[in-house]
Amino acid sequence: MIIIFFLNILLRMFSGLGVDEKSLISILGKWHPEHKQSFRKTTRDIFVEDERQFERWDDRHVQKLQQEFLRFKDAVVLWTMHPWERDARLLREAVYKRPNYGILVETACTRSSEELLGARRAYHSLFEHSIEEDIAFHIHGFEKKLLAGLVSAYRYEGPKYSEEEAKSEAKILKNVIKDGAKKLHEEEEIVRILTTRSKLHLKAVFKHYKETSGNYLDEDLGDQLILKQTVQCLCKPETYFTEVLDVSLKGIGHDFAKEALTRVIVTRADVDLKLIKEEYHQLSGVTLSHKIEEIANGNFKDFMLTLIARGDQEN
Amino acid sequence: MSTLIVPPHVPSVAEDCEQLHKAFEGWGTNERLIISILAHRNAGQRKAIRHAYAETYGKDLLKDLDKELSSDFERLVLLWTLDPPERDAVLTDEATKKWTKSNQVLVEIACTRPSKGLILVREAYHSRFKRSLEEDVAYHTTGDFRKLLLPLVSSYRYEGDEVNLRLAKSEAKILHEKIKGKHYSDDDVIRIVATRSKAQVNATLNEYKNEFGNDIIKDLEHDDDNEFLPILKATFECLVYPENYFEKVLREAINKRGTDEGALTRVVATRAEVDLKIIKDLYHKRNSVPLHRAIVKDTHGDYEKMLVALIGEDDA
Repeated sequence: MIIIFFLNILLRMFSGLGVDEKSLISILGKWHPEHKQSFRKTTRDIFVEDERQFERWDDRHVQKLQQEFLRFKDAVVLWTMHPWERDARLLREAVYKRPNYGILVETACTRSSEELLGARRAYHSLFEHSIEEDIAFHIHGFEKKLLAGLVSAYRYEGPKYSEEEAKSEAKILKNVIKDGAKKLHEEEEIVRILTTRSKLHLKAVFKHYKETSGNYLDEDLGDQLILKQTVQCLCKPETYFTEVLDVSLKGIGHDFAKEALTRVIVTRADVDLKLIKEEYHQLSGVTLSHKIEEIANGNFKDFMLTLIARGDQEN
Repeated sequence: MSTLIVPPHVPSVAEDCEQLHKAFEGWGTNERLIISILAHRNAGQRKAIRHAYAETYGKDLLKDLDKELSSDFERLVLLWTLDPPERDAVLTDEATKKWTKSNQVLVEIACTRPSKGLILVREAYHSRFKRSLEEDVAYHTTGDFRKLLLPLVSSYRYEGDEVNLRLAKSEAKILHEKIKGKHYSDDDVIRIVATRSKAQVNATLNEYKNEFGNDIIKDLEHDDDNEFLPILKATFECLVYPENYFEKVLREAINKRGTDEGALTRVVATRAEVDLKIIKDLYHKRNSVPLHRAIVKDTHGDYEKMLVALIGEDDA
């Protein structure tokens, strides 16, 4: 029975998030060699029969185990890091390790102008290049212009904007989208508007677009995921982050879908996590805390729940 | 490097304010007094004076100068008195709103200021115009020009000395290929010139010369009909040989029939505290006549006196 219990914990670690360190300690610490032997023999997925007659850890599972043990450490490191360094590293990873442009868009568009500038500064220190030079060099094709532009923006953040210009730009976007251009992200006007206008101005454009066309701008750009993400991140970041969390918590797709949970909670804890929680509840029918209780374990789980609860105290 | 002469014993800020206020009193204006003060104070001192003037008299010094002065002299004094980032914001705003294909001011400011300096300009632009510089540049420029100017004004170049020679070689080759094929606004050309650090661009141009024999600037001179080429050329010059670039602007401004006061004012006001001494020496070498003599010959009145003071050649 003990073995089955342990099995369940281990299996949860390979599908859930984080490790229930306390339970592991209390069980493993009591095992004798014959318990361990028995465990290895009964978990044929995790241990494979080696040709030299011993049960060997399956490498993939060791990797997953490592990932789950490190999940808490990664969260702590990310949380304690200066936001500039954190964002510079996120940007770097997005360019080099995994061309996951969503993270590039997210980091460039959901930070304030000063925070983005700070990230660019930190990027200089850490990597001896500018972020725009690395993007321009490593990213090819249509996304390059959009991404380089997003990351180079130093948007005006004051209250002034022109209602007239917002109306006319909503019209421009409507026409471009209606024409059904295949490569919308190459459309210069779309790139110009999204990479240079202030967020307040863009929210007005979003509003006018809905009023005159009946549709939401991000949905109409849905064919080009990167444009949809850009509009969402700039105009309604809570919606964007809610969707990211939803995918991550469903365990869909690759490992970096899981990492998204840590990233979103840590980077938004002091920004708009409260709004994101509300939207998540609306979208999925359960609370974020509840979902995390369900699928996360140990210290990692406790840390995430603590960060989520932060939002409730601040009003 | 700077040509600004500040007296060893500077009057207090309160005294300077009082004197300036007196200079505006009554009929007419005491331009001599204005020059003797403002042309001999550095940016920090001018800022303090503006602040104290507003506190003491409840008025903006610049507005009073605007009221009392006129013409080229006024423009020079106003531009000079402004804080450098604000000054550059004003210049870029003008360059954008009245943009023409031959206008090089945006390139000049984006490429000759240090990285942090350009960020300060963008900050000042937010404050003053309630928009971002890049949104206005994107809106008012078109085609290839926008393709180059937008990343230039948005750049936040790495400022270290590190250079990657292998990269310099490969990018020199790319530049050569594109220039030979007349693809002046090619994506790679723009990428190199708008994002690489100044040290890296410098190394690239050295490799270009070593490998292909000519200065890249020479290779960019061949196509007289191409409107984009002068801007591209100016970009390289500003990044790597700014003093040469400014000497050329001065020379052309002075030699032009009737004198291009706009350019003359702009260069003197923006470089007096930076590298006008080097530019002055270059000018003398290239034109066999010292800069101040050329200015005296070409301009007159208080405008001339202010210019001469800023280049450090008056007897104050």
